[in-house]
Amino acid sequence: MTILIPVAQRILYAILLLVAVLVLNFTMLHLAPGDIADTISQSMGGADADTMAQIRSDYGLDQPFLVQLGSYISRVLTFDLGYSYFYNQPVTTLIFEKLPATLLLVFTAQIVALIIGVVLGVISAKNPNGITSHFVTLLALFGYAAPVFWTGILLLIAFSLKIPLFPVAGMSDVTVEGGWFIRALDVAHHLVLPVVTLSTIFFALYSRLCRASMIEVLGSDYVRTAKAKGLSEFEITYKHALKNSLSPVVTLAGLQFSAVVSGAVLVETVFSWPGLGSLALQSIIARDTPTILGILFFSALVVIIGNLLTDFVLRLIDPRLRGRA
Amino acid sequence: MKHFIKSLAVATALISVVGTGSFASEPQKGGTLITGLAQTPRHLNPAVQSGVVTGAPGAQLFAAPLRYDEDWTPRPYLAKSWEVSEDGLSVTLKLVEGAKFHDGQPITSEDVAFSVKTIQENHPFKSMFAPVQSVETPDANTAVLKLSKPHPALLLAMSSQLMPIIPKHVYGDGQDPKTHPQNSENVVGSGPFRLVEFKRDEHVILERNPDYFMEGLPHLDRIVMRIIKDPSARAIALENGELHMSTFENTVRNIERLKKADGVTATPEGYAAIGALDWLAFNTKAGPLADKRVRQAIAYAIDKNFILNAIMLGNAQEAKGPIHPGSPLADQTLPGYEVDLDKANALLDEAGFPMKDGKRFDTSINFGWPSVKPQAEYVKQALKQVGIEVEVRASADFPTWAKTISNHEFDMTIDTVFNWGDPVIGVHRTYSSDNIKKGVIWSNTQQYENSRVDELMEAAGREPDSEKRAALYKEFQQIVAEELPVYWLNTLPYHTVYNDKVGNPPLGIWASSSPMDKVYLKSE
Repeated sequence: MTILIPVAQRILYAILLLVAVLVLNFTMLHLAPGDIADTISQSMGGADADTMAQIRSDYGLDQPFLVQLGSYISRVLTFDLGYSYFYNQPVTTLIFEKLPATLLLVFTAQIVALIIGVVLGVISAKNPNGITSHFVTLLALFGYAAPVFWTGILLLIAFSLKIPLFPVAGMSDVTVEGGWFIRALDVAHHLVLPVVTLSTIFFALYSRLCRASMIEVLGSDYVRTAKAKGLSEFEITYKHALKNSLSPVVTLAGLQFSAVVSGAVLVETVFSWPGLGSLALQSIIARDTPTILGILFFSALVVIIGNLLTDFVLRLIDPRLRGRA
Repeated sequence: MKHFIKSLAVATALISVVGTGSFASEPQKGGTLITGLAQTPRHLNPAVQSGVVTGAPGAQLFAAPLRYDEDWTPRPYLAKSWEVSEDGLSVTLKLVEGAKFHDGQPITSEDVAFSVKTIQENHPFKSMFAPVQSVETPDANTAVLKLSKPHPALLLAMSSQLMPIIPKHVYGDGQDPKTHPQNSENVVGSGPFRLVEFKRDEHVILERNPDYFMEGLPHLDRIVMRIIKDPSARAIALENGELHMSTFENTVRNIERLKKADGVTATPEGYAAIGALDWLAFNTKAGPLADKRVRQAIAYAIDKNFILNAIMLGNAQEAKGPIHPGSPLADQTLPGYEVDLDKANALLDEAGFPMKDGKRFDTSINFGWPSVKPQAEYVKQALKQVGIEVEVRASADFPTWAKTISNHEFDMTIDTVFNWGDPVIGVHRTYSSDNIKKGVIWSNTQQYENSRVDELMEAAGREPDSEKRAALYKEFQQIVAEELPVYWLNTLPYHTVYNDKVGNPPLGIWASSSPMDKVYLKSE
C-alpha cells in the first residue's frame, strides 16, 4: 500500500501534464508559418488557389484558432486522435502500425546498453586507473560524442558493403518465405546494426554513471565491513555494492524513455526502420499536425509511464524510498 | 592440323559465347525487380495525386491512353489509335478491345470519361484538361474528347503520370476520390502490375497482371519498391545489390560514388518530360531587382561553370531558358549569360546603383531545402564581386519557405520547378500574369508581367501545328531570357541507377512514371 499511494497521486499529475502538453503542442504548431496545404501542393508539384483553399477547408484549417484547439482537445479526451492529413488514415492506426517496430528497436537497444554499460562500468570501477578503465572511458566518450547517423552510416559501409553481413535497410526481407521462426530470424538479422548504433549512445551514459557510483560505493564503510567479514570479491561487488549503485542508473534509464521517439528518429531514418521515428520525421516535414500531435501525445504518455515505472522499480530495489512522496 | 582443330575449337567457343550473349539480351520472363523509393507515397492513385513518388507505383497499376519512349512520340497504349480532328476541337480515342481492369471488368469509354472528369475536378494541374468540355462515348471502345479550343498539350497529358484510366465502378461509388480507401489498398487499375501490398515506410509490392492487355507483357513476375529515405543507405543498397534499381537519385556525391561502382550504371537519361530545373527567382516588383538591368547584371556575375562543375560535379546540364533542354520545344539557340563582371558593373551603374565603399546595395536570398543551399551560398559569393551584399536566409522547412515566397516577401530565392511534360502544364504558370496568386507556391511568385509573353503562351497553347508552335515558344523563351524574371541555373541532377541484371530500364521521357512492362531481369 505504501508503494501505491504516491503512485496514485502521480497519475493525477500525469493526466494534468498530458492536457498541458496537448495545448502547448497545438499552440506551437499553429504558430509555425505554413500548413499542410503547402506540403500537399509540394508533394503534387504545385497546386492552384482553389485546390489549396479546398484542402484548408477540408481539414478545418480556415476555422479560428480557439475553435480548432477546442475541437481537438475534446476529441482527444474521447481517445480520438483524428485523421492524418497526409495519409488519410486514423492517427491511432498509423501509430499502432509503427509502435511495435520502435518498441522492439528501443527496448532491445536499451537492454543491450544496460547490460554492457553496467558490466563495463563495474569492471572499470574496480580498477579506476587501469588500462581497461581508460579503454572503457574512451569507448564511452566516443560512443556518446559520435553523431548517431554517422555511426550508422559507417556501420552500414563496414558491415553491409565491405563485409556484407547485414542488410542495409528495412525490418524484414519481403522475399524471405517460411514459418514464424524463419521470419523472426530475418527480423533479428535486420535488427543487429540499428541496435548496435542506438545502444552506443545509451551504453556510454550507463557505463559512465555506473562507474562513478560504483567507485563511490566501493569506498563506503559497509563495503569495508563486508571485506572484513571475509566475503568473496564477487559477492561484495555484485551483491552488495552493485545493488546500491544501481539506483542512479535505473533513474537515468527511466528518463531515457523519451528517447523512444527522439533517439530513434535518426537511427530509423538511416536504417529505414519502419517505426514511430520515421513517422514523426515524415509528419513534421509534411506539417501533418494531427499525426505530430498524436505522436507527441503518445511520447508524453510513454515518458510519464516510464517515470511511474522507474519510481516503482526504485521503491522495489531501495526500501528506504518506500512511503516517500 | 592439330593447330587448325585448336583454332576451330576456339572459334566455336567464341561463337557460342557470342551466341549466348545475344540470346541473354532477349527479354527474359520472371523474376522480382527490387527498386528504391525515396519517400512514402501519400497513396497510389495518380488521378488525384500528382508527383513522381505516386507516379512510380501508379504507372504500374494504372494504364493510360498513350505511352512515350525516349523520343517524345506518342505510342498506342490503352488507346490503339487516336485522331485529332481538322479544327483541333475533338480528339477521338479508339480503345484496345477486350482490355480488362484488375477485377475482370472491361475497360470502356465510360471509364475514360469518368477518369477525365475525376482528374479535372481533383488534380492540381488544372491546365492539362481545362479546354476539355465533355467526353462523348458513342460506343464502348470509342471516347471523343470535345475541346473548347485546340489543345496540343493533351497528347503528352495522356500518359501514365497524368492521365491514369481509373474504373468508374470502383472510384465512382460516391466517395471522395481524393480520400477513397482504394487509393491505398485493393487498388483496381488496368496496368501491367497488380497491387499485392502497400506498407507505409516499408514497401509497395506489385505482381504481374496475368490479364494485361499488351501481349506477352510484362516480363517481370514482381516488383518490390522499397521505401528507403536516406540517400546514402540507398546508394549502399544499390552498390551491394540489395536494390536492382533506383530512379530520381539526385545527391551528386552518391551519384559519383555509384558511377565508379562495379556492375552498376548511373545515367541522367529519362528525365526530359519531368523537366526539373533549379533557378534563381527574383521579386520583380520590389527594390533594385525590379530593374531588368540589375537582374541581367546578376546573371553576368554568376559563373554557371562553378555551379555545374563544383556543386553538381558535372552531373547536371546547364539550363538557359524556361523549358528543360531535353524538350523538343526548348530553344537551343538562347545565348545565355557568360560570366562578365565588367558588363555586370556597367549595368548596375546604368541602373543607378553606384559603388560606394565597395558596396552597391543589400538584398537577400532565401532557400527552402538543404539540397539547394550550395547554390544560395554561391550566389552570395558571386554577387559580392559586383558590390551586391546578399544575406542568405534558410527556411526551417518547406511550408515556412512556401509561405514567405508565395506571399511575395522575398528578394531572391533558389527554387526547383518541374516542367511536367508540355509547357502548358508546368511552364506557363511561372510567367503568366494572370497566375500572380498570393499564397500559392509555384504560381507566378515573381509577379512578372508582360502582355506579349501572355499572348505568346496563349497562342502557343492552342497552336496545333508543331512548327508554328515551336516558333511561338521560341519567341517566348527569347523574351523571358532577356527580361529574366528568373535566372535558370541547372537541370536537377536526376539519375537512374541500375545494376547489370536489369534489362530495359525505364529511360523514356517519363522515367519511372511510365509502365515498366518491358523491364526484365537477366538470369546469370
